[in-house]
Amino acid sequence: MHVVVCIKQVPDSAQIRVHPVTNTIMRQGVPTIINPYDLFALEEALRLRDVHGGEVTVLTMGPPMAEDSLRKALTYGADRAVLLTDRYFAGSDTLATSFALSQAIAKIGETFGAPDIVFTGKQTIDGDTAQVGPGIAKRLDLLQLTYVSKICSLDLDAREIKVDRRSEGGTQMLHGRLPCLITMLEGTNEIRRGSLDDALRAARSQIVKWSAGDAGIEDLSKCGLRGSPTVVKRVFAPTVRTEKAEQITTTDKALGDLADELIVEIFARQPALEHELAFDASA
Amino acid sequence: MTLTANQEIPRPAVGRAGMKKELPDHFKDYRHVWVFIEVERGNVHPVSFELLGEGRKLADKLGVKLAGVVLGPPGDATQLAIAEAFAYGADVAYLVENPLLEDYRNEPFTKALTNLVATYQPEILLLGATTLGRDLAGSVATTLLTGLTADCTELDVDADGSLAATRPTFGGSLLCTIYTLNCRPQMATVRPRVMAMPQRTNKPIGCVIQHGVLMVEEEIVTKVLGFISDVQSTNSNLAYADVVVGGGLGLGTSENLKLAKNLARVIGAEYGCSRPLVQKGWMPADRQIGQTGKTIRPKLYIAAGISGAIQHRVGVEGADLIVAINTDPNAPIFDFAHVGVVTDAIRFLPALTDVFTQRLSPHSRDKLAN
Repeated sequence: MHVVVCIKQVPDSAQIRVHPVTNTIMRQGVPTIINPYDLFALEEALRLRDVHGGEVTVLTMGPPMAEDSLRKALTYGADRAVLLTDRYFAGSDTLATSFALSQAIAKIGETFGAPDIVFTGKQTIDGDTAQVGPGIAKRLDLLQLTYVSKICSLDLDAREIKVDRRSEGGTQMLHGRLPCLITMLEGTNEIRRGSLDDALRAARSQIVKWSAGDAGIEDLSKCGLRGSPTVVKRVFAPTVRTEKAEQITTTDKALGDLADELIVEIFARQPALEHELAFDASA
Repeated sequence: MTLTANQEIPRPAVGRAGMKKELPDHFKDYRHVWVFIEVERGNVHPVSFELLGEGRKLADKLGVKLAGVVLGPPGDATQLAIAEAFAYGADVAYLVENPLLEDYRNEPFTKALTNLVATYQPEILLLGATTLGRDLAGSVATTLLTGLTADCTELDVDADGSLAATRPTFGGSLLCTIYTLNCRPQMATVRPRVMAMPQRTNKPIGCVIQHGVLMVEEEIVTKVLGFISDVQSTNSNLAYADVVVGGGLGLGTSENLKLAKNLARVIGAEYGCSRPLVQKGWMPADRQIGQTGKTIRPKLYIAAGISGAIQHRVGVEGADLIVAINTDPNAPIFDFAHVGVVTDAIRFLPALTDVFTQRLSPHSRDKLAN
């Protein structure tokens, strides 16, 4: 079995700061990590390989420094890493990104064997769009299974897969066929600690580096800014409400009195709420 | 012929290319604003009504019609969805009725919606940023090779009639306004509870355009084996709750989460948490409030032991009244809460729960009624 996992190197959004004057992202000194959602996809791929045999290839598109994330994925136990990197990809929106990645996946298929499953995380923590996975599926004409919370069964001979998929208000149980693209939901598993062997192998491993040309991309107009129908016209910081919270003084008050005061304040600001809460609480 | 790594190829002028608006002639006839009406198991998702309210404003600015798009099996649910779309402001409804559209599956829904768009050519197509809407929008936009802006928080039409879609990025630290320049339709998804719910009217049924799309079950790879509803489980209804209690790291231990849950139970609220608690495995992901979790828009939000990172802020600032309880007077939550109490939530929550219980007892309810 061959599984391809798409990962993305992202700035650790918890540590992102916005420049107070220019309203731009201050990237200096912000550590990069593998998009946390992608780790659930990677772990699921590794588990399938452990059960069914075969190989896991991790793929990322990004600047040369994205190699760090690929090497990290190798330490977790991935078998091979491919870095798709070229200035032509700069400024790609989700449509252009899905094009480039789909081309690279096709090339991976030609070079290392056709993938049975392509995995991505649910979304990235920097873009948050959840669009690249579906985009890749459509471009490669793969069955698309998004927000998968569990792979219930996989039959490589019959080319069948059963998954649980999270949807609004419930869980859908789906049956599909391979090859397919799965976007993995968060919290579905826990990424393993790689073994010492994996760490040593990762340090020695050669990362496959492909330019647009290497990946077989002939139509460069579909890449980067030129291939992106969406453009960012304006970036700005959210408006900040200037007045701070009205503080309830807490000194020398019993907790019960404090609670009483807070509740009076809540109902003074939201008079209708008192009736509604009484009604809800009695329901 | 494929290019090799060493081959000399002209480099694109990054920063300028693709920035000019030159709408090809075949897109110039694209008109009207469409809203995808999400129907699952017979119910219209409320985000569709929120989108109709927003779509109405865009359509009026552009001087075009607002349409609702309903895909589903023949039957009452589909007819009801159309009636609701009119009641919430649609002028026109497009309908693809087919038994294969019973449960949501990506392939037939993508085919039906793509086919409708190609036939009737809308200028703007909006979908809810639900699991269904995001799954469908990504496929449709890629099939049509057009732009799609995810999870918008604000939509507008600029002077030359382009859709300006504003969305949070980098976990909510920044907002960006995105345009789709040379392709149509201009597509966007909008998160539930971000746009206000419009007034429902008793508008009579308008014009319904039935559209046939040829589909056969044999060509659909996905089969739906079953569905387990959240009603039978403990999953949350955070997005539509009127009162929400949120717990954060200030609660100290996963055991202390029951303090927030107790308060929620007493006042008939939903409970949720900030992201670190999900990462620690203290609460399931569908109870996470914030940028990568649920957006809430309750009448009252009580944040207990939550410091108020920007990611949390973007998920709660639609609340009418935010009450923050935190030991740290400098916590960012006090910058956007309306009422603040600087105290230890672990000690304060039980007291608050007690006083609420007394106030909301049957006796006090009677007093309220008189």
